[in-house]
Amino acid sequence: MKKEFKVIAELLPNNTRVLDVGCGDGSLMNLLREEKNIEVRGLELNQENVQLCINKGLPVIQGNAETELHQFPDQSFDYVVLSQTLQAFYNPEEVLKNLLRIGKAVIVSIPNFGYWKVRIKLLFFGEMPVTKTLPNTWYNTPNLHMCTIKDLFKFCDEKNINIKQVIGVNEDKTSFIKKSNLEIKNLFSKLGIFLIG
Amino acid sequence: MPSLAGLFFWMNRKTEDINKIIVKKPLKLDCGKTINNFPLAYETYGKLNANKDNAILVFHALTGDQFVTGTNPITNKEGWWVTAVGPGKAIDTDKYFVICANVIGGCMGSLGPKDINPENNQPYGLDFPVITIKDMVKAQESLLEHLGIKKLLCATGGSMGGMQLLQFCATFPDKAFSAIPIACSSSHSAQNIALNELARQAIMADPVWDNGKYVSKDVQPKNGLAVARMVGHISYLSEKGMQEKFGRKLQEKADYEFSFNADFQVESYLRHQGYAFVERFDANSILYITRAMDYFDLSKQYRGGLVEAFKNQNTKFLVISFSSDWLYTTKENKDIVIALNASGADVSYSEIVTDKGHDSFLLNEPEFLKTLKGFIDSMYEKFKNEKRI
Repeated sequence: MKKEFKVIAELLPNNTRVLDVGCGDGSLMNLLREEKNIEVRGLELNQENVQLCINKGLPVIQGNAETELHQFPDQSFDYVVLSQTLQAFYNPEEVLKNLLRIGKAVIVSIPNFGYWKVRIKLLFFGEMPVTKTLPNTWYNTPNLHMCTIKDLFKFCDEKNINIKQVIGVNEDKTSFIKKSNLEIKNLFSKLGIFLIG
Repeated sequence: MPSLAGLFFWMNRKTEDINKIIVKKPLKLDCGKTINNFPLAYETYGKLNANKDNAILVFHALTGDQFVTGTNPITNKEGWWVTAVGPGKAIDTDKYFVICANVIGGCMGSLGPKDINPENNQPYGLDFPVITIKDMVKAQESLLEHLGIKKLLCATGGSMGGMQLLQFCATFPDKAFSAIPIACSSSHSAQNIALNELARQAIMADPVWDNGKYVSKDVQPKNGLAVARMVGHISYLSEKGMQEKFGRKLQEKADYEFSFNADFQVESYLRHQGYAFVERFDANSILYITRAMDYFDLSKQYRGGLVEAFKNQNTKFLVISFSSDWLYTTKENKDIVIALNASGADVSYSEIVTDKGHDSFLLNEPEFLKTLKGFIDSMYEKFKNEKRI
């Protein structure tokens, strides 16, 4: 189980209703259902993944989050989760707005482009970074809008989105990120997990 | 070739031998008339287990019947859903008990327009009451009662079968643990009504039809009915699928004949399908069943719209559509998903990518069949656990 999913599961209270946008093969949904008795729903684009979810008895809707979030009514979920896909949308701002409309709160995780190894790759080697969290090269990456933990912090501030909690993840280590330690955590976290709304 | 009258006699005689119940409970139809003591023909496959938690109800489409799999004893052809239902298949009859009933208005043993009207001892013809999808579904609920099944593991159906299923779930919200509507719609679109009208007009334009009174003369308006079937067959394929299957290929000839015979393979295919159909289906039944489809509008029944229709659903849904289906489009199927979502129901959705059009649900489409199997098997595990608790 990915550390990220464990962190997300810890953030979510038991017996809630959660929509997992881009739910993949349903690993997170399964974890939430089994361990926290959460009523889960998934949205997933890939046919193979949709089938894997269905085989596990997980409710999943095949569709594109970019264009099909409108089908979910306002405030119909306690939480909406978006794991490492925000940067892949054409219009992440619009998607985020929709997530905040659907969920009473939203958990967004992003691969941190401010991580030191990423910075070094670009600064000293002059190449687009390829890392474990960002495994694709510039010409085949689905990521259109890479951002750093600091960027998303700033974005939420500008858009008046309430940040409830931010957790930085580096391998197995997690840490809380606040404005006071943002610069350093932005350098040493591979992943940022935001609880907003 | 046997005469058509002889064939009809033979069909009628054989339909005497098929399983049916007599529904005694009066059924008030949407048109206002009431029917009672009417026959409902059905077939079952597999065994109902002791807990009665492995029953799957299949609703058939416009030209289907209760013979889902195996050999249809009337036509001696394979059942219409042999690709999906049977031992070891997606809907595994070694594991599940599969039930399918012939819709009322049909012609495979359930009460239909070719039956005798007790009021005048003549075949009903156009005196048969106009029926609706809801009427069909209510009649089938009596069968579940007869079989002693309180809650189905799953109910499923494609096309008109899917429409019956949506109606079934709306009318009887506690009767199915899970439901798989396939390639259907919650209301018939203008295009679908238009195509059905084309089929009806083809039948009615055949002088043999004679206002539906052909039955008492032991004939069948086969030219009109065949054209009606051809219209259907075009709508079940996709443009790409048809092009790939037939293209401009000629039918067993080197060049054009410069005549109106079936030069092209696609013509030959349509003619074959059309004329094979008249041997197993009653023309008036097509009129009645297509009418029932056209009248189907679930949101009209529930004034608050489709969301209202699915209120208080505990059924777990899986909606399936096919990318190249232009008769019951992905958009129409997604509208069902949106309404189910808005009503808070447990719903999954999958769009199967294929060139085979509406027909896909009857064909060997591996992705579709895998999805079907995965869902039903996982639902069975859940249903068993729920019953245990």
